[in-house]
Amino acid sequence: MVQYSDAHFNASFAALSDITRRGVLEQLARADASITDLADKFGMTLTGMKKHVGVLEQAGLVTTEKIGRVRTCRLGECRLAEEAAWIERYRQLWDARFTELDKVIEELKRKEKSDGRRKKK
Amino acid sequence: MDAVRKSEPMNNRTTVVKRSDREVVVTRSFNAPARLVFEAWSKPDLFKRWWVPKSMGMNLLSCKMDVRVGGKYRLEFENPGAPEPFAFFGTYTDVVPNSRLVWTNEEGGENGSVTTVTFEEKGGKTLLVLSELYHTKEALDAAGTGAQDALHETFAQLDELLATLGAK
Repeated sequence: MVQYSDAHFNASFAALSDITRRGVLEQLARADASITDLADKFGMTLTGMKKHVGVLEQAGLVTTEKIGRVRTCRLGECRLAEEAAWIERYRQLWDARFTELDKVIEELKRKEKSDGRRKKK
Repeated sequence: MDAVRKSEPMNNRTTVVKRSDREVVVTRSFNAPARLVFEAWSKPDLFKRWWVPKSMGMNLLSCKMDVRVGGKYRLEFENPGAPEPFAFFGTYTDVVPNSRLVWTNEEGGENGSVTTVTFEEKGGKTLLVLSELYHTKEALDAAGTGAQDALHETFAQLDELLATLGAK
């Protein structure tokens, strides 16, 4: 296997280690967005979102372009950006399912407990 | 920001990895014995309560599951703008109670994906591993969740088209 010691490669992984940044990639895979849009979407300050986008941009996962007073963000054209966005979307669906599944399972646990108590009587 | 996610125990995170160009694997732990997790996957009344979270933007109309080897399942969703509901269906090809489920996804034709779910109990918790194996890399790339909505629209459009063709 090829040894990657490339700083760029490390930057990509560091960028992807944060759930908000993965969410931003997933969002940009759907449509371009301004920093303001993204800050609203993720309930963050503009400064906070600028930092996240900066990290993604340095890793080459996102490109930005300032038109007038608005900075528009796009998903980078590299394979890794698309891949990460795809995986995050997939993960979000399953995570939402499993959050609901937890509720069903908790209910089954409670039911089993109370049925068990009843049997002992 | 995201209260739900933060309150989750760290080890119950949902992880997704691509095992190959054609296979994607989802892993998640549950705080319950395998028999209860399996029950929620194999009883339609329970299954339909969690399979279609609101974020999917789809309304489940019916859910039929005959969970035994060779048994069929069918999920029908509301399909606005089309006369027929949108259906997902297939066959259970392996069923090991409290431990393993395998089913085919046949709505896309013969070369649909195969879903394998395993339930592994350890110390009262259950590790769930779900794999979706597609026939081609392209099929995997087109899959996912937004794609399901897109597919949904595509089928609605196709239905319309077919209706027009039929009318001629």
